[in-house]
Amino acid sequence: MNTASPAPVAKMAERKTEPEASRSYALPRGRWEHFDHGADIGVRGYGATKAAAFEQAALALTAVVTDPDLVMAQETVRISCASDDEELLLAAWLNAIVSEMSARRMLFGRFHVELHDGRLSATASGERLSVRRHQPAVEVKGATYTSLRVACTADGGWMAQTVVDV
Amino acid sequence: MDTASLVRRGPCEWEIPAQGKMKVPVLIYGSQSLVRDMDEKAREQAVNVACLPGIVRASYVMPDAHWGYGFPIGGVAAFDAQQGGVISAGGVGFDVSCGVRCLHTGLTLGDIHPVQHRLADALFAGVPAGMGSRGTIRLNQSQMHDMLSGGARWAIEQGWGTPSDLERIEERGQVLHAKPGFVSDLAKKRQREEMGTLGSGNHYLEVQEVTDIFDASTAQAFGLRQGDIVVMIHCGSRGLGHQIGTEYLRLMAESAPAHGIVLPDRELACAPLGSELGQRYLGAMRAAINCALANRQILTHLVRQIFAQVCPKAQMPLLYDVSHNTCKMEVHRVDGKARELFVHRKGATRAYGPGHPDLPDSLRSAGQPVLIGGSMGTSSYVLAGTQQSESLAFSSACHGAGRAMSRHEALRHWEGRQVVGELAAEGILVRSPSPRGVAEEAPGAYKDVAAVVDAADEAGLARKVARVRPRICIKG
Repeated sequence: MNTASPAPVAKMAERKTEPEASRSYALPRGRWEHFDHGADIGVRGYGATKAAAFEQAALALTAVVTDPDLVMAQETVRISCASDDEELLLAAWLNAIVSEMSARRMLFGRFHVELHDGRLSATASGERLSVRRHQPAVEVKGATYTSLRVACTADGGWMAQTVVDV
Repeated sequence: MDTASLVRRGPCEWEIPAQGKMKVPVLIYGSQSLVRDMDEKAREQAVNVACLPGIVRASYVMPDAHWGYGFPIGGVAAFDAQQGGVISAGGVGFDVSCGVRCLHTGLTLGDIHPVQHRLADALFAGVPAGMGSRGTIRLNQSQMHDMLSGGARWAIEQGWGTPSDLERIEERGQVLHAKPGFVSDLAKKRQREEMGTLGSGNHYLEVQEVTDIFDASTAQAFGLRQGDIVVMIHCGSRGLGHQIGTEYLRLMAESAPAHGIVLPDRELACAPLGSELGQRYLGAMRAAINCALANRQILTHLVRQIFAQVCPKAQMPLLYDVSHNTCKMEVHRVDGKARELFVHRKGATRAYGPGHPDLPDSLRSAGQPVLIGGSMGTSSYVLAGTQQSESLAFSSACHGAGRAMSRHEALRHWEGRQVVGELAAEGILVRSPSPRGVAEEAPGAYKDVAAVVDAADEAGLARKVARVRPRICIKG
């Protein structure tokens, strides 16, 4: 069983995304992955900055439901949340996306996050859920505080992770 | 879990004596092999629960326990408000009042066999299942308020069921003192299109055949005979409950220091029962329980309508409705004295024994039906509460099989269409909008529910009454 270790576990779900790669050649590229938790799924994002890691964690969240590449950016939603605790801020961010997915019946495939003094301002772009096209595997009930961690990585980037209840 | 470090109290009872910051011991129910297979995280979480203020008697672990969030899944703990006891959003979980109900049909396998494909298709078409599915019921603000206050009783008043259903639902279908005003607008917004929807993940609707009777007299009292067809519905409080769980978890985690509570794990987030936040959560959580009860009642109505069309002979009274993720105020005897306690059951079922005053007359001598869901390819069970269940674990029993492997691992082993094909070959028709969802829920990804049920029976938490096997499974 996986613990809070940042070591990659499930490489099958790994993706690389272009916007992160284009930010800086020298900085670590953004990517996300899932890790195992008994009944549920861990989501983990890596990025050159903390904000980028939050964006990647959000992509990992979408990937619990469907392949993020299947989601077209037709509509953009603004999301903001705040916490003095950067880990609670990550959970609040992921939970805000869960709420928006549920209340708007949308999926999101592109995220832009800005962080300033414990405040998160973001946009999430996506489209209405299509059961036929997205074939959603499971609905996310919420982002938990289990294995919740935001930390620097050895390569100078950031990692953001938690377990989501499905 | 290393059983060598536990004190064995009986064939299926193990203790971690109170030590360090623990206020009470941990009591684990399960066979040696089940307890050995439990992860160390479940043990750590049960010990953490034993450290919470106002906990009474013990932190209990059911035979199907596994690593959860704050509390282990399969964790039971009671708190006394008079002794600084707490209420924990983590101890209830995101899917408030997720539970199972079982309906009789008055039919046998011979009745449904000729129409089983039509029945499966009609149930799949008529019961909204899976992420993004929508119900046909839209509630305005005042109707939402009434639903959150009235639960299944409200649903029946709207015409979705019969009054006789109510005595076969915990709390007669309605938890009193719910406070819809403490439920956020966002939670209500998430629920607007979700009344009468099944959800996804491990939620399901199954048509099942009674294959074995273990206790003939109790089965008779429950109206179960070998060869009978029953329907089981497993779902919860949908988006509303998830949102309440999310919001109060954060509020409780952030306010714990102000309440003088040191949380060994943020997910244990809790507040004193006597605090304003504790009371707000209690009111909101009760509203979410009513939402789950109303939702399962509406689903019952849909199922009855579909059976009336496809199998007009069907008679579908409710056997019982149990909830798994709750905190309920109950009266229990502790050291000979009756005390009002707030019993958290996280992935555990209430199991009132024979003679309990809250049971309806028709069930009082047999005890409360305890419904244990299996996976879509394996059996589910009907058990009954026992006399000794109260002294063992505040009248609680297990709730299901529990996963044996993660969703990712399941995807590495199975493919959705393959699972559907294999189950069809065994006579089980599966209908689902999501092949990946079916693969993630493959029967092999779950533990052996029979071992869990046997351990609950042997420990005396509940006694085995009947086994049922799925014939049709609608998976969200």
